[in-house]
Amino acid sequence: MTDKYDAIVVGAGHNGLVCSALLARAGMNVLVLEANDRVGGAAISREFADGYSTSACAHLLYQLQPEVRKELKLAPQLATEDMTTIALGADGEHVRITADKVTGVADEDAEQFRRFRKRTTRFADLLRTYLNKPPPRLGTKSWKDLFALARLGLDVRRLGKDEMREFLRIIGMNIHDELTERFENPLLKGAISLDAVLGTHLGPRSPNTMMTYLYRQAGDHGRMAVPQGGMGSISEELAHAARSAGVTIRTGMPVKRIVIDNGRVTGVETVSGETFSSYKVVSNADPKRTVMQLVGAKHVETGFARRIHHLRARGNAAKLHLALDGLPTIDGLEKKDFAQRIVIAGDEHYVERAFNPAKYGEYSPEPVVEMTFPSFRDDSLAPTGKHVMSAVVQYAPYGLKAGWDDAAKEAFKQTVIQTIARYAPDIEQRISASELLTPADIEREFHITGGHWHHAELTLDQFLFVRPVNGAAQYALPIDGLFLCGAGSHPGGGVSGAAGRNAARTILSREKAA
Amino acid sequence: MKHEPVHQGRLKSPFYPRLAELDRVNEWHMWKGYSSANELYCADTEYFAIRNATAVFDLTPMTKYRITGPDALDYLNRLVTRDMAKIRPGRVAYAVWCDDNGQVIDDGTLFHLRQGEYRLCSQERHYSWLIAAAIGFDVTITHETEDVAALAVQGPTSYSVLSKMNLDGLGDLKPFGLMHVDFEGTELMVSRTGFTGDLGYELWIDPDKAEALWDALFEAGKLHGIRAIGTSALEMARIEAGYLAAYMEFLPGDETVRTGVSRSPLELGLEWLVDFKKPNFNGRRALAEEKRSGSTWRLVKLDIEGNKPAHNSYIFSNAKARGGNIGFVTSAVWSPVCKQNIALGTVRMPHGKPGDTVWVEIYYQREMHWNRKMARATVVDKPFWFPPRRSATPPGPY
Repeated sequence: MTDKYDAIVVGAGHNGLVCSALLARAGMNVLVLEANDRVGGAAISREFADGYSTSACAHLLYQLQPEVRKELKLAPQLATEDMTTIALGADGEHVRITADKVTGVADEDAEQFRRFRKRTTRFADLLRTYLNKPPPRLGTKSWKDLFALARLGLDVRRLGKDEMREFLRIIGMNIHDELTERFENPLLKGAISLDAVLGTHLGPRSPNTMMTYLYRQAGDHGRMAVPQGGMGSISEELAHAARSAGVTIRTGMPVKRIVIDNGRVTGVETVSGETFSSYKVVSNADPKRTVMQLVGAKHVETGFARRIHHLRARGNAAKLHLALDGLPTIDGLEKKDFAQRIVIAGDEHYVERAFNPAKYGEYSPEPVVEMTFPSFRDDSLAPTGKHVMSAVVQYAPYGLKAGWDDAAKEAFKQTVIQTIARYAPDIEQRISASELLTPADIEREFHITGGHWHHAELTLDQFLFVRPVNGAAQYALPIDGLFLCGAGSHPGGGVSGAAGRNAARTILSREKAA
Repeated sequence: MKHEPVHQGRLKSPFYPRLAELDRVNEWHMWKGYSSANELYCADTEYFAIRNATAVFDLTPMTKYRITGPDALDYLNRLVTRDMAKIRPGRVAYAVWCDDNGQVIDDGTLFHLRQGEYRLCSQERHYSWLIAAAIGFDVTITHETEDVAALAVQGPTSYSVLSKMNLDGLGDLKPFGLMHVDFEGTELMVSRTGFTGDLGYELWIDPDKAEALWDALFEAGKLHGIRAIGTSALEMARIEAGYLAAYMEFLPGDETVRTGVSRSPLELGLEWLVDFKKPNFNGRRALAEEKRSGSTWRLVKLDIEGNKPAHNSYIFSNAKARGGNIGFVTSAVWSPVCKQNIALGTVRMPHGKPGDTVWVEIYYQREMHWNRKMARATVVDKPFWFPPRRSATPPGPY
């Protein structure tokens, strides 16, 4: 046994860092153990080819919560802010979408978009207040839970009769129905569909994709930014905040197991055989890995283990990184447009068709692509005059039927490049190096079960009071002293820091009550 | 998992031909898919075979699971409330298992057949629960109800009968012990277990040898009053012994719809089976909380005045039924061997302490006309029937 800590955080993902920093600032002696050699979990920037680096997973910042920024005094350097989404169309006829405006569509669509955004913003704002607090428990008699539930009901009611009805109508709906009711322009419908399904195992016609869309908007009203130096700079800043608060962060220390003695946590044991003791362990790892691997089923009860086991967490988003000798040519785009977010989503059917094969364990022959060129305004990422492209690509199912071997990866990579080449015919000549990360790779490199960027599918049955599962939705697991603080807990994934902050607040308020 | 065609219609136990030969009244019901006799000639006569001679009951429909694998012990220790590390190979444990809320799913017997190899027997089927409980454990659960033919051989002369079959080591077999012997070249498992609260054994064998075993047993028992019995007689003996039955004293927790209708082990008088020293088992947290804050229900054994069985009766704290009922009878019978009107019931705490007097409202029919009687009943602590011969080792000859 070495030093005794007030709390040990397993994993230095951005949520783990937020949580540890807040715990330390409240006076706790906190140790963070990270398996990889650097902090950030999946929110890192890394070199993928000689001289070329980019964000390894998430590449757009749109959800970092103001509360987290404020409490940890974060001031991220942004290379690009308020990005426009450019939905690529045939013959250079593109549609440009900002948080509240769309151009390149008929007037009627533009007006509908304004109304659509007004309404969804209102709903997203309602959702947002709930992202930043632990969800109440269901079925308790605690006045605090009952009050919070009543408050939720009241907040929904306060939307007004018509808006409340509308909210309740659409919250479980699929985005496709809503889009076909409102819009004509296929590119617009495709781009919004993409926003609703990014990072999920859902197509635009899957139920509750309206909710995933609102979740995305709840972050920062849909405003997107690219951090200077890639997402890793956010993690570095968080780590700095944590260290300044007194947190000890040790990297290259994979945890083998969370030690449980007589129903309570007593510490963690690392793969290297070191034991660190603490009566509080906070896991930034996903719920499945935490419970089934780090804790072990024998320490929890059957119903709970079964719920965790059945947690849906099949990643479907791949990451493609290209090292480019120069920017590609895209008909209808000016050079400055490469600072924006460029999407290939054809139309709303295109996105659904891309999803179809994923249901059967096959990748999309015509995938959906979200491209950024982060080097456009950030010299640190590529040699002078050269560029990197970072793209999220769907759908690439974690459980590919044929298995993600080198041949399958190469074939899918070519599929994606060909898809991009339809709009950027010269892209192939410009590629000097490339890297594809499938969900299987993301699982391997970042230890996320299923390689899912939300750690657990973001659907209504795994949301709010029941995220990740009943019995663990308020960050505390049914083992004394063990908590979750990652994307698998409420509210979910994305670089928001909300889960980490909520977990820290839960731990601290329990501490106070004890 | 291998998939086999689903059986059509009722299953027949490998002992069915023998039972059918003896059957005089054609009274059968279905027990987990099998034809099982209520009685073969007369339930009362069959009952007296249990208490005065040797009764043979076809146990084959009893649900049986084989549990093996490196994590078998860890698995069982998480599954059931008692400490299975204390159950050595060759021993049998009565056990109860709960859902996460500490509500009883079922009770049954766990046979530690050989090192790390177990058999779980219960009245009900539990494959889905056992499979769910196996998540994260290296164990294999095999449903083997059809692969094992089983007979309960119960009653004072059962030892004498089985002795005639030259089963090595039978005299040394203690209650809740098991042994393997040879029967005509096939392994026969003998356990000193039963559902009658009397001296008795259970025999377990390959279904192909079922009829041969039956014949040898009845040959050996010829002069000891051996008799095949049905479930009606067994049910009488079960109540006398104070044993619980699923769907009588409790509902399987995973089958209840409403809250408050299931029971915890503490509410069924099974606290002795709950080992809080174990770091984790299913229901532990809920049961620890229940122990702290108090249970809602209590299982009671009732000794009731008169001779009218208190079937389905409400239980009251006073003869005038003031304050409403405090519970109800779950099983009742006139016990011929105890000469007592007995019942099992469930009452709200704090009622029903041993020694308390309660009142049961008995309805009975006499020549079509219904009568009602408030009968005084005493809550008793011990089983109604617990003869010394049940635990004597070696058992005496009768």
